Amino acid sequence: MLIKQLSVFLENRPGTLDEALKILKEAGINMKALSLADTSEFGVMRIIADNPDDAKQAMKKAGYTSIVNEVISVELKHEVGYLAGIVEKISKAGVNIEYMYAAPSEDSAARMIIKTDDAARAESAISG
Amino acid sequence: MIWNETKECMPRGDLEELQGKRLHKQVDRIYHNVEFYRKKMQETGVEPGDIQTVEDIKKLPFTTYEDLKDNYPYGLLAVPRQEIVRVQASSGTTGKPKVLCYTRRDIDIWSECVARAMSMAGVTRDDIIQVGYGYGLFTGGLGAHYGAENLGAMVIPMSTGNTKKLIDMMIDCEVTAIACTPSYLLHVAEALEEQGLVGKIKLKYAICGAEPWTDEMRAQIERRLHIKAYDIYGLTEIMGPGVACDCRYHKGLHIYEDHFLPEIIDPDTLEQKPHGELGELCITTLTKEGMPLLRYRTRDLTSLEYGQCECGRTMARIQRFRGRSDDMLVIRGVNVFPSQVEHALLTVAGTTPNYFITVDRINNNDTFDVAIEVEERFFSDEVRKLEKLRADVEDAIHQTVGIKAKVKLVEPNALPHSEGKTKHVEDKRKLN
Repeated sequence: MLIKQLSVFLENRPGTLDEALKILKEAGINMKALSLADTSEFGVMRIIADNPDDAKQAMKKAGYTSIVNEVISVELKHEVGYLAGIVEKISKAGVNIEYMYAAPSEDSAARMIIKTDDAARAESAISG
Repeated sequence: MIWNETKECMPRGDLEELQGKRLHKQVDRIYHNVEFYRKKMQETGVEPGDIQTVEDIKKLPFTTYEDLKDNYPYGLLAVPRQEIVRVQASSGTTGKPKVLCYTRRDIDIWSECVARAMSMAGVTRDDIIQVGYGYGLFTGGLGAHYGAENLGAMVIPMSTGNTKKLIDMMIDCEVTAIACTPSYLLHVAEALEEQGLVGKIKLKYAICGAEPWTDEMRAQIERRLHIKAYDIYGLTEIMGPGVACDCRYHKGLHIYEDHFLPEIIDPDTLEQKPHGELGELCITTLTKEGMPLLRYRTRDLTSLEYGQCECGRTMARIQRFRGRSDDMLVIRGVNVFPSQVEHALLTVAGTTPNYFITVDRINNNDTFDVAIEVEERFFSDEVRKLEKLRADVEDAIHQTVGIKAKVKLVEPNALPHSEGKTKHVEDKRKLN
């Protein structure tokens, strides 16, 4: 399933995450998953929330650079090799995975948020 | 030692007479060969016949680096292209370099001026000199090289980039003189100290230039290496290094007035200033054939001292540089304009994001940091793409400016925004 994800540019220094999360809190954004990608100088905070566009507006108003784009959300079963099977399907479709992170799921054991260079193709490879 | 006593110690009256004659001849040649200047002179109704003495220079038009850019590359040639035997270049304010063309005689005069400068520092044909300036389009390497050869010294063309080899050869070949930037020489001093090799060198003189430096740096160089250090000044537009150099009395840099006619002007009103007053240095090339320039505005702020020096030379002395009348920075000996950085950002990002340049000198090395605010247009949720953006900007700056900058991505509003002309640069070095 394709879902929306909010990504925010943050500098890698004390206090930036604290400040960014407060803005989301004040905007009443409930986060379902969060992943931080870091380098020595900057980071990218990726969030799955109910209302990503509102979250983006809140961040923009506070002066942050952010974007909303689509990522794949895959429900996982608590089975050995289940994730491997999904990744194999994406790989066989010739699609590159940029990054992925785990998130809680309401329906299954967990879900995986996957960013690829071709979301539509990856999605049809997984479901097909 | 005085290399050319007849010229360097000429009485002021005789010198001015010579300058007047050369100026007239030069203007006459320029008027008939360079359309750019002919048009400018016609606009103000000045003819070559009106220029007879040094006083008449006030009637002549100024030249700026924008003029060089507009006439890139051959527009200001005063001789047929076939007469040109060499091209050198320095970075322009945007993408294109400033290209300067030399005839064989221009190269000879350049070598003469550098030989004068090196003699002033004490270098003779008995010396072995390492040239630690870059060889190539930059005038430092080839300029110092030809001058030292003209002097009859033995030249080791080290160029830049390999300090270990420079130190090895300095010791093994018993090098007695070096020409390089002062900050690089301090870097060499540090390396020698670390390896306990200072006692092994035979170095006596250093001729340093291509970047502004302080008396404190000179004292450090002299103390740490047990040598004498001299300041050489020049700019590609006029010739290259060797336009002026200081003598052992260190009372300013003697400018070779028989070839370069200096003036100090008010950068705002463009009026000539009385002797001794602070203003912008303008230089007219009196003998240059290939690409002669009239009243070239160097943008360097200084004053001129005309009294005879204790060394015997009568050539006017350029006093301490007080900064620039434009926003040019000299980083690691290379001229850098903020507009070049803007140009590089434009080529990578499509438009220019808010940026900030910080220049500092840490352990005698210039640092060049460029922070760019990450805007939504080029932001990505993928770290790889952001790292690529950063690397692309670094490459573009390197290609445009000629030296490497450390680029950092920052959050919007992390950098100063101000009304109108945004402040984009902080130079933390205390050089003026």
